[in-house]
Amino acid sequence: MEQRIKGIAASGGIAIAKAFRLEHPDLQTEQVTVADAEAESARLDRAIDAARGELETIRKQASEQLSQSEADIFSAHLLVLDDPELIGPVKEKIRSEQVNAEHALKQTADGFVALFESMDNEYMKERAADVRDVTKRILAHLLGVTLQSPAMIREQTVIIAEDLTPSDTVQLNPEYIQGFVTDIGGRTSHSAILARTLEIPAVVGSRSAMAQVENGTTVIVDGTAGEVIVGPSDATLKAYEEKRRLYAQEQAQLTQLVHEPTRSKDGHQVELAGNIGSPADVAKVLENGGEGIGLFRTEFLYMGRDQFPTEDEQYEAYKSVLEQMEGRPTIVRTLDIGGDKELPYLNLPEEANPFLGIRAIRLCLEEEDMFRVQLRALLRASVHGHLKIMFPMIATLDEFRRAKAVFLDEKEKLEQGGVPVSDRIELGMMVEIPSAALMADQFAKEVDFFSIGTNDLIQYTMAADRMNEQLSYLYQPFSPAVLRLIKMVIDAAHREGKHAGMCGEMAGDEAAIPVLLGMGLDEFSMSASSILKARAKIAGLSKSEMEAKIDHILSLSSGEEVRSYIEQSL
Amino acid sequence: MVEKQYTISASEGLHARPTSLLVGSLAPFSSDITLIYKDKSVNMKSILGVMSLGVASGATITVKAEGADETEAIAKIDEVMKSEGLAG
Repeated sequence: MEQRIKGIAASGGIAIAKAFRLEHPDLQTEQVTVADAEAESARLDRAIDAARGELETIRKQASEQLSQSEADIFSAHLLVLDDPELIGPVKEKIRSEQVNAEHALKQTADGFVALFESMDNEYMKERAADVRDVTKRILAHLLGVTLQSPAMIREQTVIIAEDLTPSDTVQLNPEYIQGFVTDIGGRTSHSAILARTLEIPAVVGSRSAMAQVENGTTVIVDGTAGEVIVGPSDATLKAYEEKRRLYAQEQAQLTQLVHEPTRSKDGHQVELAGNIGSPADVAKVLENGGEGIGLFRTEFLYMGRDQFPTEDEQYEAYKSVLEQMEGRPTIVRTLDIGGDKELPYLNLPEEANPFLGIRAIRLCLEEEDMFRVQLRALLRASVHGHLKIMFPMIATLDEFRRAKAVFLDEKEKLEQGGVPVSDRIELGMMVEIPSAALMADQFAKEVDFFSIGTNDLIQYTMAADRMNEQLSYLYQPFSPAVLRLIKMVIDAAHREGKHAGMCGEMAGDEAAIPVLLGMGLDEFSMSASSILKARAKIAGLSKSEMEAKIDHILSLSSGEEVRSYIEQSL
Repeated sequence: MVEKQYTISASEGLHARPTSLLVGSLAPFSSDITLIYKDKSVNMKSILGVMSLGVASGATITVKAEGADETEAIAKIDEVMKSEGLAG
C-alpha cells in the first residue's frame, strides 16, 4: 500500500529511488566517576585529534566538490573544535568533578547550544547546529562508534534522516543521492539551502519519514509539492516518472532563457526584474536572468540593530547593489517602516491602526533628518550605476512634492560641496493607495515612473487586513476593482510617456501575467526564482490578443469570473 | 597592554562568517586577547565566546591585548576588520 507523507517543499524536482536511512548512532552519555583525571583529559585530546583529522578531510572534499563557502562551514567547525572556551571548561570539569570526558563534553556543549538557540537571530541559531555537529563527532570517537558517512553511498538512493547535519550534506554526491527527506527543518535550514544549490529534490519537516520508511523501499520525493510517496503503486510510479521527465525538460528550457530578452509571441518586449532585500540577493537575480532590480527594500539596513545605520554604511550597500547590476535599472525604495514594522531606537508611539498610521513616506517626512541621511547615501551611490528611487505609500501629490523637494535640496548641497552625483537619477513612487491610483493622471505629470505595489493596493482597496486569515477571501488580485485601478495607473503613465511597473507578488503570478501584459505593464518585478518561468510564460502569449480581452475582463463582476474567463480563454 | 575601539559596520554585526576568519587569525598569537562589549568580556580567540555576545551592527566594542606580541595582535585585528569589512 502506498503511503503519502506531507512535508515542506525545500528543493524542487522529482526523485525516485530506494530509501537509505541515515541513522545517527546512539551517542547517549552517562556520568561516570574517573580515578585518573589526567588520563581522562588525554583521552579527550586523542578524540579531538581524530575528529580534527576527519574534519580536515571533509573540508578538503567540500572545497573540491562544492564551493569555498561550503568549505568555510568546516573551517568554522575546526574553530569550534579548538575553542578554548569549549575545551577549557570541559577539561576543568573532568578535573574538578572527576567525571568522564563524554559527560563533561555533553554538559558544556549543551550550555552553548541552549544559548545560541535562544538568540533571536537565524545565523546564531545555525551555530547551535555547528556545536551539536562538532560535539557528536568528538563523542563518537570517545565512545568508539563510527558515524555513518553519506560519502560512502555508491548506489542511487533517497536519503531519509531525522535531520542532516552540515557535515552530512556536503558529503551528498548528486551522482548517487537523488533526493532527501528529513523529519525536521524548514525552508531556510542549512540542508534545504544546500539541496537547492546542488539541485537535489528535497522535502524537509516531514515529521514522520523516519518512523514510516524502511531501508530499500521505493520512495518518490516531490520536492516541488513537498510530498513523499512511500511504496508507490505502478500507476503512481508511472505518473511520477512522466512528471520527472517533464520537470527536467522544463528546467533545460528555462536555463536557455537566462540571457534572452523578454518578448511576447507577437514581439512586444517587457522588462523582468527582481525584488531584493540586501546586496547579497543580487547574484540570484542575475543568475536567473533578471534585467533589473524592481524593488530593493532598504529596511534590512535599519532593522535588527540598536541605532540608525550611518550614511557610509548605507552608501556601501547601495553602491554594492548598483555595481553588481552593471548599469541595469535599479529601483531603490526609501525606508518603508512604521505600522507593524518597528524600530526600537525610533520610539514610535503605539497606534490604534498601524496600517493606516504613520508609516513609510509619512514617517520619513516627519523624521526628516533620518530621510535626508538615506537620500544623501543614495545620491552619493548614484554614480555607480543606473539608480531609480521610489517613495512608498504616497497618498497625495503634496507628499510626493515634499519628498522630491527634500531630495533636490540634498542633491544641490552635495553638488555644491563638489560631490559627484549622477544627473540621470529617476524619481518615482509606489502606487499602493487607491487615492494615488485614482489620481494617477495627475501624478504621471510629475513622476518619472510608477511601481504598483499590489500587496498593499489590494488590502487598501478591499479594506481587509491581509494578515487576517478570516478575511483572506477579500484578498483578491483578480477583483475587477483592483484590475481597474491597475489599468488606470498604466494608462496614465503611458499618456505621459512614463513607465509603469509592478513589484507586488501579483507580478510573478503566472495566472496574472497575461492580464498585466494585455494591460500594457512595462516592468514586472518578482522574486528571483520566478523570473525564468515568467519569461517562458510571456514568450507563449500574444500581447495584442490579451489586449483585446481587457475591456471584457474589466466589465466582469467578480474576481472568480475574471479567473475563470482567463483560464478558459488561454 | 594595547587597547583599541572599533565600531562594527558590517550589516550583520559580529555574527556572520567573517567573524570566524577574525577569530581564526588570532590563534598564532601568545598574548591574551579580550573583547569587551557592553559590560561583558570574552576571550577573543574563542568563536563561541565572541558569537555569544551577539554584537550588532553599529555597536562599539573594545579589544585588549596583553602579552609578548600584543602590538602585532592588534595590527592583525585591524587588518582583518578592514579586509573583511567588519569595521572601517
